[in-house]
Amino acid sequence: MNWQSPAEFFSMGGYGLYVWGSFGVSLLLMIAEPWLAVRRRRRALREAASGEERADW
Amino acid sequence: MTSRLRLYTFAAPSRFYSLAGWLVPMFWVLAIGLSAVGLYIGLLVAPSDATQGDSYRIIFIHVPAAWMSMLLYLVMAFWAAIGWAFNARMASIMARAIAPTGAMFTFLALWTGALWGKPTWGTWWVWDARLTSELILLFLYLGYIALVEAIDDPRRADQAGALLALVGAINVPVIYFSVSWWNTLHQGASVSVTSSPKMASIMLTAMLIMSLACWAYAFAVVFTRARAMVLERERHTAWVAELANGGKVVAA
Repeated sequence: MNWQSPAEFFSMGGYGLYVWGSFGVSLLLMIAEPWLAVRRRRRALREAASGEERADW
Repeated sequence: MTSRLRLYTFAAPSRFYSLAGWLVPMFWVLAIGLSAVGLYIGLLVAPSDATQGDSYRIIFIHVPAAWMSMLLYLVMAFWAAIGWAFNARMASIMARAIAPTGAMFTFLALWTGALWGKPTWGTWWVWDARLTSELILLFLYLGYIALVEAIDDPRRADQAGALLALVGAINVPVIYFSVSWWNTLHQGASVSVTSSPKMASIMLTAMLIMSLACWAYAFAVVFTRARAMVLERERHTAWVAELANGGKVVAA
């Protein structure tokens, strides 16, 4: 283990903004993208059940 | 003819739908498990870099994202071409389902690159060959998505998209070899098949595990999106109607 304390870990040797800015945005997008895909599939299933038409296909 | 039948079995959207539905949870388990291990090694176990300090840890997401951005483009172009050449609907759906994930990884490669460039080069962005060709890759993904969404007839949209995807594929080797063809601020390849890796093995291990995690993530999210697209396109078929109504057969 590299770090003596959590504070040291979060400061990333002074590069915290860059390191956490990279991993944070990656995490955010990798939660948002699957969420949108799952929502799209549920909506497609719902619309297939109700016989609704979607405008964009 | 039986072997041929087996080979094409999952080209039928209905069969793809059930196979992918079975695979997606497994890819999620892999993606989450591998990222946990990769991040543990990369952020907690691996030592600081002698020259870059801890800013180098961005590599554990930057390089996997950049690899995925190029790989997914080639896979997208491949399926688009198959869908066009053999009039295979499922292949075209796969190509379309890959595009947003490819664009997401391309954006991440650029974003994390900017956040790494600032402390190491002193700038967020330079117009060097590697960075510029990666930005072009993002525009190719966005252009592909915009083009296929703009054409109403799905099969015509697939064909137009395939042409764009194939022409744009020339950009991928340009990105890959840009650091050796041109004098770039971006460093050369750290890992290649022809020479031993230019980094410590613990760092390499973390980077490869994170790459596998990104692969698993890409499979999970692309398959989920492809399933949604299958339902949208096959909405008027009996199997989708049956599925949507909880297994009850409805009169057409």
